[in-house]
This record gives sequence, structure tokens and C-alpha cells, in this order.
Amino acid sequence: MPKSDSLQGSLDLLVLKILSRRTRLHGYAIMTTIKDWSGEVLHAEEGSLYPALHRMEEAGWIKAQWIVKDSGRRARIYELTAAGKKQLETEESRWEAVTSAVNRVLGTV
Amino acid sequence: MSLWTRIANVFRADRLSSEIDEELESHLAEAIEQGRDPAEARRAFGATLRTREECRDFRMLGWLDSLRKDSIFGWRQLKKRKVTSAVAVLSLGLAIGACTSAFRLIDALLLRPLPVASPEQLYAVAREKDGITGDSWAYPAFLQMRAAVKGDAELLAVSDALPLDVTFRSDEEMEKATVQYVSGWMFGSFGLHPAAGRLLTGEDDVTPGAHPYAVLSFDYWSRRFGRDPHVVGRSFHMGEQIYEIVGVGPEPFTGTETGAVTDIFLPATMHAGAVHDDWTWHRTLARVRPGAAMEPLRAKLDATSRAFEEERSKGFTGMSREAIRQFLDLRVILTPAAAGASGLQQNYRTALIAIGVLVAMVLLIACANVANLMTAQAASRAREMALRVSIGAGRGRLLQLVLVESAWLAFLSAGLGATLSWWSAPFVVSRISRPGNPVRLAMPADWRVLAFGIGLALAVTLLFGLAPALRASKVNPASALRGAGGPHSRRRLMHGLIAVQVAFCFLVLFMAGLFATTFDHLSNRPMGFSAERVLTLDTVAQRAQPQVYWDQVAEHLRAMPGVETVALAGWALLADGGWNGFVSVNGAPPGPDFGYFMKVSPGWIDAMKVSLIEGRDFRPDDATPGAAIVNETFVRQFLHGERAVGTAIAKGELAFRIVGVVRDLPYRNLREAILPVIYVPFRSDEPTRQGTFVVRTASANPLALASMLRREVPRARPEFRVSTVRSEAELVNGQTIRERLVAMLALFFAAVALLLAGIGLYGVLDYSVLQRRREIGIRMAVGAQAGDIARRVTADVFGMVLAGAAAGLALGIAFARYVAALLYQVKPTDVAMLALPAVLLLAGALIAALPAVIHAVRIDPGTMLRQAE
Repeated sequence: MPKSDSLQGSLDLLVLKILSRRTRLHGYAIMTTIKDWSGEVLHAEEGSLYPALHRMEEAGWIKAQWIVKDSGRRARIYELTAAGKKQLETEESRWEAVTSAVNRVLGTV
Repeated sequence: MSLWTRIANVFRADRLSSEIDEELESHLAEAIEQGRDPAEARRAFGATLRTREECRDFRMLGWLDSLRKDSIFGWRQLKKRKVTSAVAVLSLGLAIGACTSAFRLIDALLLRPLPVASPEQLYAVAREKDGITGDSWAYPAFLQMRAAVKGDAELLAVSDALPLDVTFRSDEEMEKATVQYVSGWMFGSFGLHPAAGRLLTGEDDVTPGAHPYAVLSFDYWSRRFGRDPHVVGRSFHMGEQIYEIVGVGPEPFTGTETGAVTDIFLPATMHAGAVHDDWTWHRTLARVRPGAAMEPLRAKLDATSRAFEEERSKGFTGMSREAIRQFLDLRVILTPAAAGASGLQQNYRTALIAIGVLVAMVLLIACANVANLMTAQAASRAREMALRVSIGAGRGRLLQLVLVESAWLAFLSAGLGATLSWWSAPFVVSRISRPGNPVRLAMPADWRVLAFGIGLALAVTLLFGLAPALRASKVNPASALRGAGGPHSRRRLMHGLIAVQVAFCFLVLFMAGLFATTFDHLSNRPMGFSAERVLTLDTVAQRAQPQVYWDQVAEHLRAMPGVETVALAGWALLADGGWNGFVSVNGAPPGPDFGYFMKVSPGWIDAMKVSLIEGRDFRPDDATPGAAIVNETFVRQFLHGERAVGTAIAKGELAFRIVGVVRDLPYRNLREAILPVIYVPFRSDEPTRQGTFVVRTASANPLALASMLRREVPRARPEFRVSTVRSEAELVNGQTIRERLVAMLALFFAAVALLLAGIGLYGVLDYSVLQRRREIGIRMAVGAQAGDIARRVTADVFGMVLAGAAAGLALGIAFARYVAALLYQVKPTDVAMLALPAVLLLAGALIAALPAVIHAVRIDPGTMLRQAE
């Protein structure tokens, strides 16, 4: 099972992407979505996910809000902000650039 | 979110933590709900505490949060030791308050720029010879200098702000107003705009006596007229002249004389002295064009002034060329005058700076005390510090912890100090006012004072907090936790601070001794007259009055109950009056020295209880010119001790024959050497407009008769008005105001310094006994005597006291040179002056050492050795 290290700095990108598709997710849902959508290859650890969420919230890319779930428990759900959408575009194009560069390197050998 | 929310989050840190905790909890609950095993889920989650801390760090400013935590912790530490903290805050607060007050006074008097355009371009023009500076000028000389430097600088004539008598309605309602004669073009040159009407211009200041226009200051307009706009166009009398009020100045401008607030500005050409080339009555300010070279400007002024005086000296009949050359030997100097120019500044500059240095010393002593306190406390907290280091606190964090605690002390003290200076700076100002001449200094609590206060608090924090903080942060956890630790280096720091304290304390005591002795000498000097029970009534008339009318008033006053004798004089003794001139003896050419004149009536000698040592008093028919009485110094200086009575003397055209010699008495102030004085009859052929009735009363409190006599003068002759009533004792006291104030403040701070140094010494000794109690126990167990123990405990500290005292002595002698101008018949190198602080200091040190020594010799070796560390 790959460790969170395998995310290689792509955690922000994944979280932003997921929140752009599905809004109002709490932390656990984001974690499971990463797992599901990556075909159980990528796994975000709680110890990395939550600090990242708070960092992105602080940066203004996502915003959080408390809701009361049907079970009566409170949950903190996240959604993308306008700044977050812009950030997603930047991150995506950067990711494209990096992967294609890496692929080029792999292809030449 | 932004920096702001990260700052705000610091102050809701607890809520933030619980929110994060709740979020993490809800994550786990969700996981379990989804069917994961609770134990497995928790394990997979890892350390929630660490995750929470990481989240928190993103949400708020970490350093601010640690600062907040440290300040809460520091506050608790201070509260834990209420007494020591209170002593520290009180002593620091007193010292900071004193420093802030000194700053407010120095700032208001010497530094704060005048509220005019480009004040930095202002310079005062003065003449200097042998270190003595004179800043009075004659108006004709001023006009020549102004023409000479036109283009490079604009010269402004400004008189002293004088309390004069003005009348707005009828004669019965004469009142005092502070009048300043200024060049009409001053307002334009200062870039000032009127609050009402118009200001004076250059055209209002051309022909002597031809511009009866006045501008009121905003302050006076508000105070006296309630800002009535109709005041413009009204007129008032002053002497024989009627002035029309043409406008009101801008609010912040109160004249150029720092320490006085001008009520009425008049054109300089309206001053009676404007046409006399031998009346020096105004200061000269130069507004220098930016970029103009100073030295050529000074040289031009110098040459013009010298040429003027040379021209004038051609009229000095019969004076020797040598005497004239000495008279002309003056050098013009320019000094920056952005803060205005006033006698108060000249008078108090050195005194204020000296007091400022003394209070700074007291502050340093207080800082050393608190530093020692913190060091001792750091010792008892070494284990806590070691623990903090071993669980991962960085050195920086420990430094911050201790410094924040110091900052608490400093800012609490600064708060106390601010309160203190709020009250004490105006108090000092009220003490330096002389009778009939109040001092008014603008001392707003503005950013200058605030910046000074905050800067001082920060400096103080570093001064007393940095060394203990550095020491605490260098703690070695391994040895400190084991209970070992080297107290020696710590003791070295504390002992060093004791030496510093003693040096400063010595300096303060020494200076206080000098100032107190000065005041003592000055107030106990032989006066040559008796001020007791004497009342002086400065009296004026609208027009000059013949002698018979003056005599009628004197006669009327003599008949009043409680009045013993009444005499007349040109002015009250020691009330700022003066009149000098060259004196020729027996027809010989006059020398370069001035003789000083004073008009007195028959009976004045008697009323003032001046002893006549030769000849006779004036008779009623003696007049000026005619008879003269001289003092002993005149006989010595001008007659070389030869027989005085019968000698002919002359001042220009006025010829006198000496009829009597009186004992020396002061002329215009108590500090200067006795001047050669010639008393001449009040009576002359010319009518006289103003004079002073000198009334010796029967009652111990002459002021009780003041209002009655004030009423009786116009009743005797309706032409006369009393403008000022003062007791001669008031005037004598007014002479020593500065010395009294300086001595009082210096003695107060000397007592504070001694007390603080004593407390510091006591604390350090007590601490070192506490540190060495096991060693002392062992020594006693093996047979050391009490005397031996006492010597061991105090030896190095007393070494420090002696070293400090020696350093203080050197400092004191060096510093005394700068305050020589404030001293009167005191030599700083006198053995008595040096021995007194030394004895006081040693006595203080002995008393401070006593409790620690008693503590040390009472240590019971048995208990001490059994007791585990």
C-alpha cells in the first residue's frame, strides 16, 4: 500500500480537484474520495490531510462551515472559493508540465 | 483569510483548538460509522495532538501565540511574588516618571520647535566676550545689521515678553498683559495667518512711534475676550499711547519667548528704545535663507555691529582708547533657535540637563536592582528552565519568556511613570514661576512624549532583562536538573551591578550635596539689607508726574495704620530693574567698567535697613543731578579705597558729589559679584512716570496690607495706579527659585537613589547568604567564628562598594565641571563635599548588609548539614 509520500506534493491539487467536482465534503469524505477515485492507489493520511485543509483555508482557497448531520453530530464541511478555482488551474497546469517533463525524461532513456 | 484573522485567532486560541479537536473527533466518528474498527481507526489516525498543533500553526501567528502565552505566564509569575514585583514596579515607575518629566520639561523648553514655517532656519544673534554672552541689541544697530545681510537672512527684532499695564476701558480698570514688541515683518516671515482681522506687516514697523497697532495672541483673545470677533478695531491705552487692535494671531503661536505666552504683539518701532542707540532692549533672531553659508553671514553681522559701536564710541567723551577698545572687543555669534529664545532657556538649560542626568542615574540604579532581582529569581527557576530546554524549548523561546516578564515590569512601571509625570512636570513649571512673571510652557502629551515613554520602557526592559534572560537561556539541563550549577558567575554579574549602582548613587549624592550647599550659601549670604516686613508697590501714572505729587502719595501712605516708613525708589530691589553707564571720577576720563545706578528717595536706606558707614543719607532737597551715595565696592573699584565723601563723579552730563557710603548689597541678582553701585536721588527736575513705593510695615506679614495700600495710592493722587504689589521677601526668594528647585529635586532623588542602592545591596547579600548556607554551615561546624563568617559574606560585596564609590567619585568630579554655572561658592573638590556622600554611602551599605550578616551567623550548622539540598 503506497504511503502518503506517494502523493508527492499533489495533495493540494487532489483536494482542490475533488472539491471542484463535489462540493460540501467533510475531511473523512475527502480522504475516502481520494482513495476511491485513485483506484485505491493513493491514500491521504489524516496527519497530512487536516493540516493541509487548514493551510488552504488560511490561504483562502477553500472555506469551511459547520453543519449538523442527521445523526446529530457536527461536521466541518469544505467548499472551493473563487481563489481556490484559480489556484486549481495553476496547480493543474503545473502538474501537467511536471508530468510531461518527467515523461519526456523517461522516454529519452 | 488574512494576517488579520491569524492575529485574531491568537486571541481565540482555545476555541480554535476545541474546533480542530471536534473536527478530528468527527472524522474518527465518521470512520467508525463507516464500519471501521475503532481501535484500528484511532491507530491509523496517529497522534491527534500533533495534527491539531500543526493545524493550529496554519491558522494563527505562531510567534504571537507564544508571546501571548509567555505574557500570561509572566503575569502569573509577577503575581506570585507580589511584594518584590510591587517594589520593582514602584522603584522603576518613580524613576521612569522622573525621566519622563525631565524629558517633557527639556522638550518643552529647549527642543520643541516653534509653530512657525521652517523653524530650523531660525538663529539667535548674540555677542560674546570671554564666554559671557549678551543677546540684547539696540534697535538702530539692528536696522544696520538687517540691511547688511539682506538676501542671506531676514533679521527679526523681538523684545522680552513683559507684563505691562494696559487699559481697555476707564483708568480704574488697569490690568496686566504680557506684551512683546516684534518686527512687523515677523508674522509674514513665519508664514502665520490671522485667526481674525489682520497681522502686522513690515509697513506697520517703519517710523518710530507712528504705528499704534496691536495684534492679540489667540490665547489672550480666548481668555480675555471669549473669542469675540468684534474685538478687532477696539483700542486700549498703554502708558501715554493708544493702540488699535488690528487682528488676532493663529492659535498655536504664543510668541518667540519659550516659557512665556505673549498676550499682545506690538511693532518694535513703538518701543521707546527704538530711537536710542544706547538702549539695548531686544533680541535679534535671524531667519537664514536655506543654503546660505553661515560664516560669511556671521562675519557680516560682526562687522556691521562693530562699525555701529565704533561710531557710537566716538561720542564717549574723554574715554581712553584702551577702554574703548576693550568695550568694542565683542564677537557676534549665531546659535540655532528653532525652539525660540528666552531667558528661561538660558537660566534653566544647565539645571534641567543636570536634573535629567540625575534622574537617569536613578533609573539606572533601579534597573540594576531589578536586574539583580531577576537574576536571583532565574537562579531559583534554573530547574524550570532546564526542564523547558529538555522538552524541546529553544534558547530563543527561553530568552523571550524571561524578556516578556521584564517587559511586563517595564510597561507597568511606564504606566505608573506616565501618571507621575502627568502631575510632576506641571508642578515643576509652577515652582519656577517668579512673582508677577508666571512661566507658561506648552507640554502637550503628544507623540513626542509617547515615543519617548515607549522607547524608555523598551530600553529599560533590555537594560535589566537582557542579562538575566541570556543567563537563563544558557542553562545546562543536565547539571541544573541534577541540582548542581555554578552560582559563581551569577554572583559575579550581581556584584558587578552593585558596583555600578554604588557609582551612580555616589554621583547623585555628590551632585545633591553640591546643589544643596549652593542653595544654603545663597540663601544665607549676607544681604546688606532686611527684606522682612517690606512691601513694594510698583506705581505708574498715565503721564509723568512732578515730584510733589509723588511726595504727597508717600505722605498719605505714611499716615496709614500699620505703616512704619515709606520711601521711593526707581524699582524694587532685586526686581529686574537696572541702569548702567560709564562713570568719570573727579573729571578724569571714564574707564571701561560700568557703574550701576539706582534712584532712591531720602529714607530708602532706612526703610531697607541698609547701614550707612560714612557720610549722610539724602536730604529732601537733594536731586538728580547733585548728591550721590555709593557702596563699598564702588569706593574700592573706582576710588581705589580713597576717601569717598566729597568726591565728584559724573555719568555723561549728569554730575554728582558723593555725600555718603553704604554697605554692599545686591543690585539685580544674588548670584553675581557685588557691583559698584551709585544711588542717586529719586527727585529730579524732570517729572517721573513710574516708581516704587517701599513700605516698611509693622506686621510680620506685609502682604496683609497690600490691598489696602493699593487702594490708598489713587486715593492720595488720582493720577497714580499701583501696577504690582510684592513683598521684598518674595523678591528675595524669587532670586533663589532655581537653586531651591534644583536642590530640592536633587536631594529627593539622592534619597531615592540611596534607598534603592540599599535595597539592591540587601537583596544581593541576602541571596548570596542563601546560596552559601551549606558552605557557611560547614565552616561553622569546623569552628569558624561569627566575625570570620561576617567578613567572608560581605568581603567581596564591600570590595564592590569601594570600587563603585571610587568610580562615582571620578564621575562626579568630571561631571561637576558641566554644572559649575549652577554652583555658588562651592568647590566640587572640597574634602567635605566628597566625604559626605562617601560617609552616607558606607553607612547605607552597613545598614543594608546587617540583616544578611545576622542571617549568616545565625545559621545552625546541625540543621543545615542534615538538610538535603
